[in-house]
Amino acid sequence: MAEPALSIRGLTKVYGNGFHALKGIDLDVAEGDFFALLGPNGAGKSTTLGVVSSLVQKTGGSVSVFGIDIDRDFAKAKYHLGVVPQEFNFNQFEKVEDIVLTQAGYYGMPMREAKPRAEQLLRDLGLWDKRKGSARMLSGGMKRRLMIARALIHRPRLLILDEPTAGVDIELRRSMWEFMKRINREGTTIILTTHYLEEAESLCRNIAIINHGDIVQNTSVRDLLAQLNTETFLLDLAHPVEAAPTLEGFSVERVDATQLALSVERGQRLNDAFSQLSAQGFEIVSMRNRANRLEEMFVSMVEHANAESGRSTDKVEVRS
Amino acid sequence: MNAWQTWIALWTLVTKEVRRYMRIWPQTLLPPSITMTMYFIIFGNLIGSRIGPMDDIPYIDYIVPGLIMMAVITNSYSNVASSFFSNKFQRSVEEMMVSPMPNWVILAGFVVGGASRGLAVGLIVTVVSMFFTDLSIHHPLVTIAVVIMTALLFSIGGFINALVANKFDDISIVPIFVLTPLTYLGGVFYSIHMLPNFWQGVSMINPILYMVNAFRYGILGVSDIPVGGALVAIAVFIVVFFMAGLWMLERGKGIRS
Repeated sequence: MAEPALSIRGLTKVYGNGFHALKGIDLDVAEGDFFALLGPNGAGKSTTLGVVSSLVQKTGGSVSVFGIDIDRDFAKAKYHLGVVPQEFNFNQFEKVEDIVLTQAGYYGMPMREAKPRAEQLLRDLGLWDKRKGSARMLSGGMKRRLMIARALIHRPRLLILDEPTAGVDIELRRSMWEFMKRINREGTTIILTTHYLEEAESLCRNIAIINHGDIVQNTSVRDLLAQLNTETFLLDLAHPVEAAPTLEGFSVERVDATQLALSVERGQRLNDAFSQLSAQGFEIVSMRNRANRLEEMFVSMVEHANAESGRSTDKVEVRS
Repeated sequence: MNAWQTWIALWTLVTKEVRRYMRIWPQTLLPPSITMTMYFIIFGNLIGSRIGPMDDIPYIDYIVPGLIMMAVITNSYSNVASSFFSNKFQRSVEEMMVSPMPNWVILAGFVVGGASRGLAVGLIVTVVSMFFTDLSIHHPLVTIAVVIMTALLFSIGGFINALVANKFDDISIVPIFVLTPLTYLGGVFYSIHMLPNFWQGVSMINPILYMVNAFRYGILGVSDIPVGGALVAIAVFIVVFFMAGLWMLERGKGIRS
C-alpha cells in the first residue's frame, strides 16, 4: 500500500506562553488527494502546517511525509514539500524572476533546469510579463501567485496552501482554482486551509475540521454534506408581502417585503413548499441558498464542539 | 543534499547577498569610501603632518592599515546583521527554512556574502588611500590572511546579532556601543606604546587590537603584538563563533516558534 502523502500522529504543540495549540492530533492525507483543513482563527491550522514545513517546532508526536519521518530525515522530506504561507514572505525588493530562481537554488537545482521551469510556472500563473519587475510592484493577487510559483519550482509532490486566495478578487480566485485543480490532476497532493468554504466545497475531496487544537471532524466532503439536516433558501417574490405565509411542515420567515427564508429539512421536497406557496398566491421569481452548505455545517460543528467542551461559543469567521 | 546540490545552494545564497548590496551600492559601498577619504584628508594630511612619524613611519602611512581594517570590520558586521534581520523581519527567512538546505550552508552563505562586502569596501578604501600615500605591502600572505579572517569573524558576529535581535534597534547596539569604541581604541590611530603601562595592559584585552596590528604588520612590517598569536586567536574565535551560530540555528533561536 502506498505511503500517505502526510501522516500525523499525536501531534502536540505548546507555545512558550503555555498555550496548547495542538492537543495530540492524528491526520492522514492520501497521495493525490485535494484535502481541506478548516477551522476558526486560532484553531491550530497554521500551527499544524507550520510543524510540517519546519517553521514551528513541535512539542510531541510524529509527522511523516511520504513515509519519511521528519525527525529522522527532514531534509529529504522537504524535497517533497512545497509551502505557500498565509502572509507574503519574500523580499519585496527583489525581482519576481530572482525570487523563484533563488528558491530553486536553495533546493540545489542547477540553473539550466530551473530557468525553463520558472518560465513555465510564471507563464502558467500570468506573471511572465512581470518577471523583471520588483515584487513590491505586484498586486496582492499577483504576489499570491508568485508564492505559488516559488513553492512549485522544485516539483513537490505535496503542496501546502495556507489561505492561498485570501484577499483575491473573484475572477482571479477562480483562475487560481483552475490552476490548483490542474496540478492536482497531474498528481500533486494538495492540502488547503481556507476561510472560503465555497472554495473547500468545490475543490476538495476530503476535509478535516480543527477546533481548539483538536480534530473534530475528518471525512469526505460528500459525507460531511450528507450530514447536513437543514438547508435554508432565500425566495425572491414578485410582489411585496406584509407577513410570512404559514406552510404545513415548513418553517418560513419574512426577510423583507419581497424576500422569504424557507427552511427545508432532509427528506422534505421543495415541490411541496412551492405548491403551498402557489396555492396562497405567492409568485417566486428566483431562489438561492442563504449560505454555503459547507459553511452551515462548519458553523454548527464548531459550535457543537464548543458546547460539548463547555467553552463559550466563539464567533466563527467565515467568508463565502 | 548531495555535494553538488549543496554547492548550488551555497552559491545561490552568496550571489543573492552580493546582488543585494550591489543593488544598493549608494548605501553600502559609497559611504565608507567617503568617510575614509575624510579620515585620510583630516587625520592623515592636515593633522598627521603636525603629529610626525609613529614608530618611525609617516603618520598617514601608519593609519592606513587601521582605517582599512575599520572599514572591513564595520561593513562585514553590519552587512550580515542588517541582511539577515531584514530576512527575519520580512519573513523571507522562511524561504530558506522550508528548503532542504543544511543550517551550516545558511550560516556560511550569509557569512561569505557579508565578508565579501567587507573585503570590497576594504579594497575601495585601499584604492582611495593610494591617492594620499604610496602603499607597499611587506607581507602579502599575512595581509590577505588577516583581512579575510577578520571579515569572516565579524560576519559571523553580525549573523549571531541578527539571530537574537527582535527589533532593528538591536542590530545597531553592538556596532555603536561595542565595535566602534573597540576599533578606535584598537590602535588604529596610535601605537599602544604611547600609552601608560596600565592602559597598555587594558588594550591587550581588546581583540580588535590584534587584528589591526596583524594587518599593519602585513602592510608596514611593524606591530605592537606578536603576529603569530594574533592569527591563531582570530582562527579560534572564528571556529567558536561559527559553532555558536550554528548551534543557535539548529535550535531555531529567533526564527522558529
